[in-house]
Amino acid sequence: MTAAATALATPAHTTQIDRVTTPRGAEAWLVEETTVPVIAVEIAFRGGSAQDPEDRPGLVNLMATLLDEGAGDMNADIFQETLEEKAIELSFSSNRDAVTASLRTLPENLDEAFRLLGTALAAPRFDHDAVERMKSQLSAQIRRNALDPDDLAGRTFFAEAFPGHAYGRPPRGTVESLGAATHDDLVAAHKRLIARDNVVIGAVGAISAERLANLVDGLLAGLPEKAGLTPVSTVAPEGAGRTEIVTLDVPQTAIVFGRPGPLRNADDFIPAYVVNHILGGGSFSSRLFNEVREKRGLAYSVYSYLSPYDHAGLLLGGVATRNDRAGQSIELIRAEIRRIAEDGPTQKELESAKKYLVGSYALRFDTSTKIANQLVQLQLDDLGIDYVAKRNALVQAVTMDEVKAAARALLGDGDLLVVAVGQPTGLDGARVRPAPGTAEAKLVPDPTAAGSHAR
Amino acid sequence: MAISTPAGATASLSPSSAPETSRATGPEVSTFTLDNGLEVVVIPDRRSPVVTHMIWYKAGSADETPGVSGIAHFLEHLMFKGTEKNPEGAFSHAVAELGGQENAFTSYDYTSYFQRVAREHLKTVMDFEADRMTGLRLTDEVVNPERDVVLEERRSRVDGDPSSQLGEAIAASLYVNHPYGTPIIGWEHEIEKLDRHDAIAFYERFYTPNNAILVVAGDVSPQEVREAAQATYGKVARRADPGSRARPREPEPRAARRVALSDPRVTQPSVQRSYLAPSYETAKGERAYALDLLAQILGGGTTSTLYKALVVEKGIAANAGAWYQGDALDDGRFAIYATPRGGATLAELEIAIDKEIARIAADGPAAAELERAKTRLVADTIYAQDSQATLARIYGASLATGGTVAEVQEWPDRIRAVTADAVRDAARETLDKRRSVTGELLTAPGGERASAAR
Repeated sequence: MTAAATALATPAHTTQIDRVTTPRGAEAWLVEETTVPVIAVEIAFRGGSAQDPEDRPGLVNLMATLLDEGAGDMNADIFQETLEEKAIELSFSSNRDAVTASLRTLPENLDEAFRLLGTALAAPRFDHDAVERMKSQLSAQIRRNALDPDDLAGRTFFAEAFPGHAYGRPPRGTVESLGAATHDDLVAAHKRLIARDNVVIGAVGAISAERLANLVDGLLAGLPEKAGLTPVSTVAPEGAGRTEIVTLDVPQTAIVFGRPGPLRNADDFIPAYVVNHILGGGSFSSRLFNEVREKRGLAYSVYSYLSPYDHAGLLLGGVATRNDRAGQSIELIRAEIRRIAEDGPTQKELESAKKYLVGSYALRFDTSTKIANQLVQLQLDDLGIDYVAKRNALVQAVTMDEVKAAARALLGDGDLLVVAVGQPTGLDGARVRPAPGTAEAKLVPDPTAAGSHAR
Repeated sequence: MAISTPAGATASLSPSSAPETSRATGPEVSTFTLDNGLEVVVIPDRRSPVVTHMIWYKAGSADETPGVSGIAHFLEHLMFKGTEKNPEGAFSHAVAELGGQENAFTSYDYTSYFQRVAREHLKTVMDFEADRMTGLRLTDEVVNPERDVVLEERRSRVDGDPSSQLGEAIAASLYVNHPYGTPIIGWEHEIEKLDRHDAIAFYERFYTPNNAILVVAGDVSPQEVREAAQATYGKVARRADPGSRARPREPEPRAARRVALSDPRVTQPSVQRSYLAPSYETAKGERAYALDLLAQILGGGTTSTLYKALVVEKGIAANAGAWYQGDALDDGRFAIYATPRGGATLAELEIAIDKEIARIAADGPAAAELERAKTRLVADTIYAQDSQATLARIYGASLATGGTVAEVQEWPDRIRAVTADAVRDAARETLDKRRSVTGELLTAPGGERASAAR
């Protein structure tokens, strides 16, 4: 076992990240932390719902949900009770690019916690009753969200932006696709995704490098050497310039907007990150917040963010506004995007943004769970173990020229793919369709737009 | 700027929305009071050079004058609009430039403002926060657009979400006399009429150092906090005496009530039931502790009796659980929820729920069940120590609802001491249908749905 260390200089002056290499050659990143009697472990397997077979959206998520529903010689009941008796918190989930495990335990139960985690990863049972139970639970969630305005806007956006691509399919699947998933599908998905060569591990707590190395080897012992991932093409999101309206009988329109953005390893990612912070990232200070909310009261929430997936980069944003103000809100957003694309930010804005981004970095490292998540994300993004120490200097070094260039590259002509769910007015040239399962696509006059709101 | 619903009122249908009932022990907490009556709590966390600074006002939506619902929350928004000394945006701008994060939230019993900054900036944010304790200046120019923001916030939270509308109806039916029946954000028609005079009246009545609690958690010593607090908050004069927090009390409930909401936008039916339950403040003896354990045993996660019976064994529910909201100045709530699976009806779910309640009310929990629940709740207090922000919220919320630092710290011991008989008695007396409102969320008939539930 070897441990290469790098100081976690800026955010937490007293701690350091160790790169732990196990006797069997696996790797885990560790922050030893003895003050609080909690051990947090985060694990990610590259892959995620982008690996769903085309006709089985939601399969990977279903598989992840089932990992703690019976494993080895324990059925779901016994597995869950064993966790609960020692108050071990273990959960599995998935996103578009990874399957993740999250573990929290008290130090005295560490061995047992790793044993249970290892069993869940290596030998999930996919018992018939557990499969049916999780299908019913996930299907209930899908139904519950079917006509939720924000959720519907997000799903529609991804379907429009990534037609024919894995990112265009719903990561949680549909009631029908979950219903069709078989035991063999689950076994195959598990075999393809949960392996030794696509795993990254971060651990934080009162645990030595040597002990972690041994635990990790035990944890991964039952896993296949290689994952069987299907190659996913890297694409640019489509649809910028289009407006899609999904009609739903609600007084407020939920809007999701977006356009292509940088991948995480792009040279101009940091300058683009700074541009977005000024545009719509800073909670109470961004241009969008000021123009849409603060000055005009058009919305409670308005924001934008960079969303660098493994196989596509996006600038995404959202706003929710009264139906009769949807057009005005989106026009203001477009105007701010054009303005910052053409002129860049002011010197003052740039300085303020840097101060915030540098100063607030430490807040990402103030709990063991958050640190463990950072350790995993840094590995998934391939940023290097010294990135934490370098990161603030990278932000500090960004010049006005770089920011202006990044703004032009990020925002370009300002075209957006806009998806609006509700009964919006003032969105010209939109394609209109009904919400799934509702009868007709018709924009009706908004009753709340009547004269009672004198402004 | 958000609504905090300790009862999980807007999202009570999933187990993850269970309210934070866990309290914490852990670090050595100090507490003292300034001459002007400001209570101060300091929670050390030396792991990272950051601090969480929170000010809690003992004033929430339940302290509003009838007919002016939403003013506590509206004022919370308006507190970001500037003072004579620090005009609009100056505070937020300063926090952002310090690399800090900030926000605020309003609940039934309190309103809280917080910033998270590097330790060396603690005094700066204290200065700003002390200034806006009494220095707020409001004009119609800033108040009017902000009222629209709050109306949009209500539309987002309630109008787009039928289950949230049902939640409002359940609370309104459960509390027949007490203001907990009014939504924290307020009723739409009353929000529309709120103006700066309402806001200033509420502000001048409740925002005074002797009605506030300062909680600082992080890389800082009690002595440092005391000095900084004296130099900032210490200079703010008392300006009001809000007096005792006596609200209209609930009469003893006599009739089980039912409400139902049918809407074409409901694509997944569900049922939930709320019981009027004593809180840590109103309960006698160990009752509130027993109720926290009862909620865990009955409906806390996948090993709970409701989940096992309805979801695992009978297979009639996709999900089922329970929660208890005991952090309240007046009587709180105990709630149970379930989502049907397959061809099961809501009525079948209710029968199964009632059976589990009857069983625990007759026999009490099994020894292993009780032990497991205690282990979980005590462990939660240890996990809470991992987050200074969580600890700050636990202490602040407890103190703002009549609790003490000692009570928070003794909580794990008091939980360990609860007997099976005490849990049984809590079930028997609190989970009495006459104390309850049952709410059904239903798909409106007629509307053809691609993803209809059944």
